[in-house]
Amino acid sequence: MAETGLTLDGVVIRRDGRRLVDISDHVAPGEVLTVMGPSGSGKSTLLSYVIGTLASGFAAQGRVRLNGQDITDLAPEARHVGILFQDELLFPHLSVGENLAFGLRATVRGRAERARRTAAALEDIGLGGYGDRDPDTLSGGQKARVALMRMLLSGPKALLLDEPFSRLDTERRDKIRDLVFAQARAKGLPVLLVTHDHADAEAAGGRVHLLD
Amino acid sequence: MTMRRFIVAAALAAFSTVAVRAEPDPSDWGAVTDDARGQTVYWNAWGGSDTINGFIAWIGDRVADEYGVTLEHVKLSDTAEAVSRVLAERSAGKDTGGAVDLVWINGENFAAMKQQDLLFGPWVEQMPSWANVDVAGKPAVVSDFTVPTDGLEAPWGMAQVVFYYDSARLEQPPKTMSALAEYAAAHPGRFTYPQPPNFLGSTFLKQALTEFVPDAEILQGPVEAADYAAVTADFWAFLEALAPNLWRQGRAYPQNEARQIQLMADGEIDLAISFNPNEASNAIANFQLQDSVRSYVMDAGSIGNASFVAIPYNANAKAGAMVVANYIMSPEAQARMQDPEVWGLGTVLDLDTLTTAERARFEALELGVATLPPDELGSTLPEPHPSWMVRLEEDWMDRFGVAR
Amino acid sequence: MAATCETQSVRARVLPWAPVLTLGIMLGPVAAGVLGTLGPAFGYMPALGGTEIGLDAFAMLFDWPGLVPASVLSVTTGLAATALSLLLVAVICAAWSGSVVFRMIERLLSPLLSVPHAAAAFGLAFLIAPSGWIARAASPWLTGWHRPPDVLILQDPLGLSLTAGLIVKEVPFLLLMTLAAMSQIRTAQARDTAMALGYAPVTAWFKTVFPRVYAQIRLPVYAVLAFSMTVVDVSLILGPTKPPTLAVQILRWMNDPDLKLRFLASAAAVWQLGLVIAALLLWRMCEVGVAGLGRRWVASGARGGATRTVRALSLVAALLSGGAILFGLLGLVVWSFAGFWSFPALLPDGFSTRTWMRHAMSLWPVATETLVIAASATLVALFLTLACLEAEERHGLRPGARALWLLYVPLIVPQIAFLTGLQTLAIFAGLDGNRMAVIAVHIIFVLPYVFLSLADPFRAWDARYGHVARALGAGCDGVLWRVRLPMLLRPILTAAAVGFAVSIGQFLPTLLAGAGRVQTLTTEAVALASGGDRRVIAVYALSQTALALLPFALALLVPAVVWRNRRGLRHG
Repeated sequence: MAETGLTLDGVVIRRDGRRLVDISDHVAPGEVLTVMGPSGSGKSTLLSYVIGTLASGFAAQGRVRLNGQDITDLAPEARHVGILFQDELLFPHLSVGENLAFGLRATVRGRAERARRTAAALEDIGLGGYGDRDPDTLSGGQKARVALMRMLLSGPKALLLDEPFSRLDTERRDKIRDLVFAQARAKGLPVLLVTHDHADAEAAGGRVHLLD
Repeated sequence: MTMRRFIVAAALAAFSTVAVRAEPDPSDWGAVTDDARGQTVYWNAWGGSDTINGFIAWIGDRVADEYGVTLEHVKLSDTAEAVSRVLAERSAGKDTGGAVDLVWINGENFAAMKQQDLLFGPWVEQMPSWANVDVAGKPAVVSDFTVPTDGLEAPWGMAQVVFYYDSARLEQPPKTMSALAEYAAAHPGRFTYPQPPNFLGSTFLKQALTEFVPDAEILQGPVEAADYAAVTADFWAFLEALAPNLWRQGRAYPQNEARQIQLMADGEIDLAISFNPNEASNAIANFQLQDSVRSYVMDAGSIGNASFVAIPYNANAKAGAMVVANYIMSPEAQARMQDPEVWGLGTVLDLDTLTTAERARFEALELGVATLPPDELGSTLPEPHPSWMVRLEEDWMDRFGVAR
Repeated sequence: MAATCETQSVRARVLPWAPVLTLGIMLGPVAAGVLGTLGPAFGYMPALGGTEIGLDAFAMLFDWPGLVPASVLSVTTGLAATALSLLLVAVICAAWSGSVVFRMIERLLSPLLSVPHAAAAFGLAFLIAPSGWIARAASPWLTGWHRPPDVLILQDPLGLSLTAGLIVKEVPFLLLMTLAAMSQIRTAQARDTAMALGYAPVTAWFKTVFPRVYAQIRLPVYAVLAFSMTVVDVSLILGPTKPPTLAVQILRWMNDPDLKLRFLASAAAVWQLGLVIAALLLWRMCEVGVAGLGRRWVASGARGGATRTVRALSLVAALLSGGAILFGLLGLVVWSFAGFWSFPALLPDGFSTRTWMRHAMSLWPVATETLVIAASATLVALFLTLACLEAEERHGLRPGARALWLLYVPLIVPQIAFLTGLQTLAIFAGLDGNRMAVIAVHIIFVLPYVFLSLADPFRAWDARYGHVARALGAGCDGVLWRVRLPMLLRPILTAAAVGFAVSIGQFLPTLLAGAGRVQTLTTEAVALASGGDRRVIAVYALSQTALALLPFALALLVPAVVWRNRRGLRHG
């Protein structure tokens, strides 16, 4: 029987001999695991390890499994793990629509089909007709929504959040946070949230893992 | 299988005949022009004069029309660059397909190439245009600085030393070297000459020397044969006295003849030496000099020589080069060259050998305002033996070449 | 575990070799050329009958009476030009960094840099000559001159006008390098902290920022020193003639028909190389000395002052330096359209387009040739640079400080010292005398500049964009072509413009590798410089400059057009 969800099996990340992260846990689909710790404690490196972009100064061990498949040795583009950073990191050289379409897999063929999906996604987040806009002209909240949609369009099987709400003002933060968790639940994605803000942990409503 | 071998053999045979192409035979003019068609000739010639570059470009147009030869003018700052190019190729073993096809050359550069066996030929006297060259009247066309040309270089222009001056600022130009020294003492900074070993600068040294040696014949022999110290004592005394009265007190010299024109136009000097009797007129016509400039010759006569073109031993387009050289010596090209509106260099041809129509072209030429008519040009002095030039340049550099 | 890329394809196996290949392309010819010069210097040149190793050539060299003056000249002009340029740049940065004036200076830098050395030298020569524009503007009403004074300004024996010509071009270059260095260190904060402690702005900058900035620009300073000591085309135009600088004399000996002088030239080239090394060592010692003095100055706690004076002086100096190039170019423009123009007229008697018309026909093919060579060399250099940088990224091949030295080797070893040896080897291999050979030699000099120009922006690119892209399903190649390179359009175009300008300005490499058959605007301009007609010189120098400025203009325009709807990249 294949196990669903995200499993961290004995993941230990060291730097210069110091142990930064030591975690073994499982996140079920739709569930949120919050990882908290002070700055510099290595929270982001855990996420890097999971998506496969850990920098070379770190020593890491442990397996990561997604829906039963061991993804630890796979290239990042093959892992189907989505990530949202603090900065929305919308590609500045692409329009809003092109940003969204970036994540569409090659299996979605034909310009018409891709355009349709992009337009539908824009409607979903209340930005219908914004396809040709310059991403830099959007407000913070709009950018966050586009970034979320971009990631969801790539069909991830898990969601990693690296303090994605800390740049937004309080009112927007609540809305975006709720949107993200609602989407994750609707699509049945396990979520790994890294934050130092307790309000995020509470809204997530899942277990909290503290890094020392 | 045999078919393939046959084709390969035929291909090899074809390639080998192409590779072992015989050198063109100058006396078979028909074969030469046939070979030349379609060739590209790289003529290495001094490129510092707009005027001359224009003339060379015109030659290029004409030989393309008449003979199907493409002429490329490789602009040098100094002929020695071409010599060192051929030399470098020989030292690397490149005996065919060289980069230099034709080179504008004379004097010590020619002597060096001839002595090192770097030239193709003899070929000049088999050229059809040679029939019109004034060998008798212009001995300099077969004797380059007393070194016999031996058919290795073709003459194309006659040069004669003249002096030009700004008549608005200098009324009575000095006609002897002593007068020149007096003039410089009275008006310091108004005269200079190009820095030896520049060709014209060295020529000024030779011109001055002819007025100070006891007997002109000494200069026709090698410098080792003469009592150098005694013979040149007065000459060096003259130069030492002149130096502090030169432009910039002799602490800097213009690097070549064309720069003197700019100096005169700027009003920095009033008197200068030149190798081309038409240079001043030409410059005036080009807005490069004020129209009060005139030329004259020294009472003692002036040194004259010829400019030549030669073909290196390893040239790639020898036939094309011969065709170009032949055309340069043709009446049509010579007349155009002597036209002061174009360049104004003296012709090497004997006008008496030409047809009436061809001669008329020469007679129709208008002299420039600053050009002396032929009867006022005075007597031509022959060039000294090349060893004199080498020695004078060395000594000049020792005495004046480094600032004190 | 670092982000891996797919490792199976040919490309993946070839890419890690890019750095080695690039270094080989740059350093191989330099090493070969130096060997090809060392041989004849010690008497070994079989083609000329030199088969025994000996010191005859050096004996001839030491016999030359001009050796001491030429060597002294080379060293003093080099050191003076470098020191003064560095001082000027440091004072400008100290006095004006962070201000509006500074941003204006920054904008002007690229165009000033792209003006080729020869064109700037021609322009300056006309400005400062006794019969030059400044004298004409002031005569006769101010100076009373009706004829130019007989003053040795150009080609003065102390090399002052040569030094001036060098400074005028080195200041923009060092300023650019300093700005790049400053943007990597957080200079504003350091200086603000010092100012909060009571230090005057200029002193604060010198005490807190300069040492760290200097560590980054040390190699460019060395390159400037080597270049100033051995430049040929600027020396031909502005340098003394009795004797000329050592590099010019070497070129003359190389070209002399007396073949014995070939050995002499090689010995002199080796001597020149030795002088450069000695000057670099001397400079290094001075660095240590100045560092010691500086530390004592910092410890003394002197707060400094006189900010307004320094600001005013540095602004004047900057204006003079930039103005020299700009007015020099303006002077060339006027000359190119001039009829007869004599002293003391401020403007020509008449204008005509005659000079341009006469040369338009011959300019066109030469300009095309220059463009083709520059484009080819720059494209190859860009390709190799990007391959190296990407290899560094994917395979973690981070070059150390040692590798940066290697990048500067072609810029520090004097061209005159290795190009002549390279020429002989090239003829031997039958590779010379055509466009390919010239492009190959240009790549040696274009590569370092392109790499230096592109490396920092490439590495400074926010890697998280790449992480996001990969999480979205793009492979390593996808990240490179779809995200990184498009975002780096402006730095890539700027690096290409730099490469272009470097290639267009090359004189000796084109002359020697091209065997005179390949004519570029620079070789033509310097050949014509021997002729003296300022009109023709101006036409060629201006064409040369225009061609070098074109890519910079494109580097400004193309991103503005392509990113007209992309605010995030417009001010990159």
